Amino acid sequence: MLRLVNVSKSFGEVKSLQNVNFEVWPGEVVGLLGDNGAGKSTLVKIITGYHQPDAGGEIYFHGRRVENLSVPAARKLGVETVYQEKALADKQSLWRNIFMGRELAGKFGFLDVRRMRRETEELMTSKMGFTSKAVTTDTPVRTLSGGERQGVAITRALYFQAQLIILDEPTMALSLSETRKVLEFVISIPKAGKSAIFIDHNIFHVYPVVDRIVVLDRGRIAGEFTKAEVTLDELIDRLYHVAKTGVLR
Amino acid sequence: MDTQLDTRRKSGERSALSRFLRGYTLQIGIVFVALLIWTFFAIGSPETFFSYNIYRAFMSTTPFFAIVALPMTLVVVTGEIDLSFTSIMSFGVLVFATVMTFTGNLWLAMVACLVAGFLAGLLNGYLIVAFGVPSLVVTIGTQFFWRGTVQVLTGGNGASLLATRDTFFYNLLVGRLFGLIPMQMVWTVVIAVLTWVFLNRHRFGAHVYLIGDNMESARLMGVNVAQRKMLVFAWVGIAAALAGLIASLEVTYYWPTLGEGYLLNTLSSVFLGGTSVFGGSGTVFGTFVASFIIGAINAGIVAVGLSGFWTQLIYGLIIVLSVILQTVIGKRFA
Repeated sequence: MLRLVNVSKSFGEVKSLQNVNFEVWPGEVVGLLGDNGAGKSTLVKIITGYHQPDAGGEIYFHGRRVENLSVPAARKLGVETVYQEKALADKQSLWRNIFMGRELAGKFGFLDVRRMRRETEELMTSKMGFTSKAVTTDTPVRTLSGGERQGVAITRALYFQAQLIILDEPTMALSLSETRKVLEFVISIPKAGKSAIFIDHNIFHVYPVVDRIVVLDRGRIAGEFTKAEVTLDELIDRLYHVAKTGVLR
Repeated sequence: MDTQLDTRRKSGERSALSRFLRGYTLQIGIVFVALLIWTFFAIGSPETFFSYNIYRAFMSTTPFFAIVALPMTLVVVTGEIDLSFTSIMSFGVLVFATVMTFTGNLWLAMVACLVAGFLAGLLNGYLIVAFGVPSLVVTIGTQFFWRGTVQVLTGGNGASLLATRDTFFYNLLVGRLFGLIPMQMVWTVVIAVLTWVFLNRHRFGAHVYLIGDNMESARLMGVNVAQRKMLVFAWVGIAAALAGLIASLEVTYYWPTLGEGYLLNTLSSVFLGGTSVFGGSGTVFGTFVASFIIGAINAGIVAVGLSGFWTQLIYGLIIVLSVILQTVIGKRFA
């Protein structure tokens, strides 16, 4: 599905990523773990086309090499991202958020507002589980709860027929039951034949829902395991070890 | 049975009404303010405010800044500001006067004037996105730059535009429709409608809102932030040149100082109209109504018998009170 070969990224003097090799198979959920500053966000932003890797790095989608990946190009290849809270435009209505950056429009760019409202309404009842009359397609998203907002972001990713869904700390600042909703969604991704990269600080959220775990440390891949290889306890021990020494064993 | 249906229908109506109130709080608020001020003036000076002349006066002078305030709303919605349009007004008309003098072709002169405004606005946008300098600072700089350019080129001397008088061109821009409605008012309405359509019913406007609300996220979702920002500044540039041209044609004279004195009128129209200085929200309708409130206050104060010295004090009161009101209402209904 996706393969990165020898990808590095520096910002001035700072080397955020160094010679990273990383892949995601079809129908696989990969957990990406690592401390703050380990390079998780940089890696994600390279996959989504927001950052370009340094010279020498290669990106392959479905076995084909992609050069000069941009945000629209990545979305066309089926990469969708669910960012933390900041993914939504707070003051804007639900329908404007769902179709953010991908507005349904006619030939000259005039919006098909009616269709966007109608499809948003359909998604609200079928996917997001909004039943209250108080929430309409015109409700600004800042009035929604954290879980509801994450639901909007996730629904947005699904609506556009994503092939690879990147979840960047989607459970941050969520209540227990809201977190469970998000995790249930993650489990449903491979069932739909799609792949996902799940990034979170909380290993207890990551471990149960992923197939494989990749550990990043100071811009390098410190190691990876399939779930069959490690138990949760072993994994925690190893992560402590990495944080202290920079090596996995 | 009937009563049950009745209550249900009533509660349905009520929720539709409350949804309407909630969705259009700011627009309703600004209309309310306008009516309040009108009532005050109408009671204070009925003979003035129940005659058509005062409205003709409003419709002839308010467009000078309303035409800029409308697209300025978009700039403020993206979270930016433009202080340079006052000088672009003058620069644009200098280009108009020069081309007119050399070619005698008024239409060509107008096109040159609008292109000059467009390029000056585009330059603002370019400096802001390319170097990441805050628009407040960039446009203070370009305000001085264009004013300075005008002063150097004119040596402070104005130019007569008498040659335009009574031409079709003149009548089209500042003539009187049916002898009653100043044409600049017609153009202001046309621009307001176009601006509304682009802000609310076009992909461009959707992106303007998104950029002002959450620029990072707009960028992540593939919005071309740099291009959109440059275009909103270019739009203000064109509008400034057009407003300058209209203001100059109205008096058939080009003053190099043209535009000075319009800065606060224009910006207060945008803010009084409910556009948030933090970006992400604002309406064309609000700016439109607010421009006419600002335009009416000056004449109204004199008409009700207060001296002209009261004008600024009352401007200040109305603007501060309305903006506080909007913030409070905005929080209550959010």
